[in-house]
Amino acid sequence: MIRVAVMGAAGYLGGELLRLLTGHPGVEVVQAVSTRFPGRRVDSVHPNLRAQTELVFSPPDEPAACDVLFTATPHRTTMTLIPGLRERAGTVIDLSGDFRLPDPAVYERYYGVAHAAPELLGAFVPGIPELYRDELRTADLISVPGCMATAAILALRPLAGLVEPDVQIDGRTGSSGSGALAGDGNLHAERSGAMRVFAPVGHRHEAEVSRLTGLNARMSATGVEAVRGVQVVCHATHATGKADERTVRRAYRDLYADEPFVRIVAHRRGTHRLPDPKLLSGSNYCDVGFAVDGDRITAIAALDNLVKGGAGAAVQCLNLRTGQPETLGLGFPGLHPI
Amino acid sequence: MTRTCPECEGPVELAEPVRLSEIAQCADCSSELEVVGLEPVALALAPEIEEDWGE
Repeated sequence: MIRVAVMGAAGYLGGELLRLLTGHPGVEVVQAVSTRFPGRRVDSVHPNLRAQTELVFSPPDEPAACDVLFTATPHRTTMTLIPGLRERAGTVIDLSGDFRLPDPAVYERYYGVAHAAPELLGAFVPGIPELYRDELRTADLISVPGCMATAAILALRPLAGLVEPDVQIDGRTGSSGSGALAGDGNLHAERSGAMRVFAPVGHRHEAEVSRLTGLNARMSATGVEAVRGVQVVCHATHATGKADERTVRRAYRDLYADEPFVRIVAHRRGTHRLPDPKLLSGSNYCDVGFAVDGDRITAIAALDNLVKGGAGAAVQCLNLRTGQPETLGLGFPGLHPI
Repeated sequence: MTRTCPECEGPVELAEPVRLSEIAQCADCSSELEVVGLEPVALALAPEIEEDWGE
């Protein structure tokens, strides 16, 4: 049995990690750390875990030994914690944004502060099994990409080499992507019914997408009326003129035919012909699809930001790193209708 | 029996014995396909059923 601990366990990503890990047959959750709720039962903060766990939140200064440590702590804070945590666990899987970019100058441009542990930036393997499966089997430091970044990377990766380098990504996200802390912008009165373009240009995930696709990504992002889920609509131009739909479909098939959690959804019939995050709540699938019009290719992807966009991808990495079946504990297919 | 979808080139499973005018659906692109030949078995896009609104 693999012994795991979660730091930042009271947040939404932390709660999703605990949901997946307490139901995982190959792991034992030995500790759930929270700075806000030490001593309180985990199910008092994550009520969906009632009767699933007897865990109580631990303070951060009482670390338990574990094989794998998940950090679901905030950006800018995590980079100050990781150097002191490396002795605590054989493997650290980080869900924050702090170790996704290997270049400290790029990190500072997108996150607004200098990196506190630049010597570690190049040591993290991106936690996206579709691109780094072999490296993840032996990685001790893993950084899970952002939720919209994962969607955009999986949507665009098959097109690398087929399209012009400049691509435009339009991301849409539900409110859980903003985290579990209250703020003026998260008030129901402000958020309900809104379609808030919170990043009209230069969303920080464009750096990750550019790095992992080899494309020159530009990204905008909008908060929409949903709790879970992200969708990206990516606009690209075919490199040699007229795009051929069969060629594009073949590119997606070639890359994803054997992927357990990527489905090609570009259907001719039915109500849900292209990826829609509504169908993916709670599941670890990322659905990818496309449409072709002349020299233009529109690539679409959807996922649950807390699962394939965070905790589920992290558990998928855990499975790879610990030699367990990659899909273990991640079989939930989502709900319909919902 | 497996044939190739004429729309997306995905594999389409057909139950045997295959009959002329049978309708199958491609699992990859969800196109509705019609068996238009038996020797050899051939598939084509099934015609869309359109409402005529009684006109």
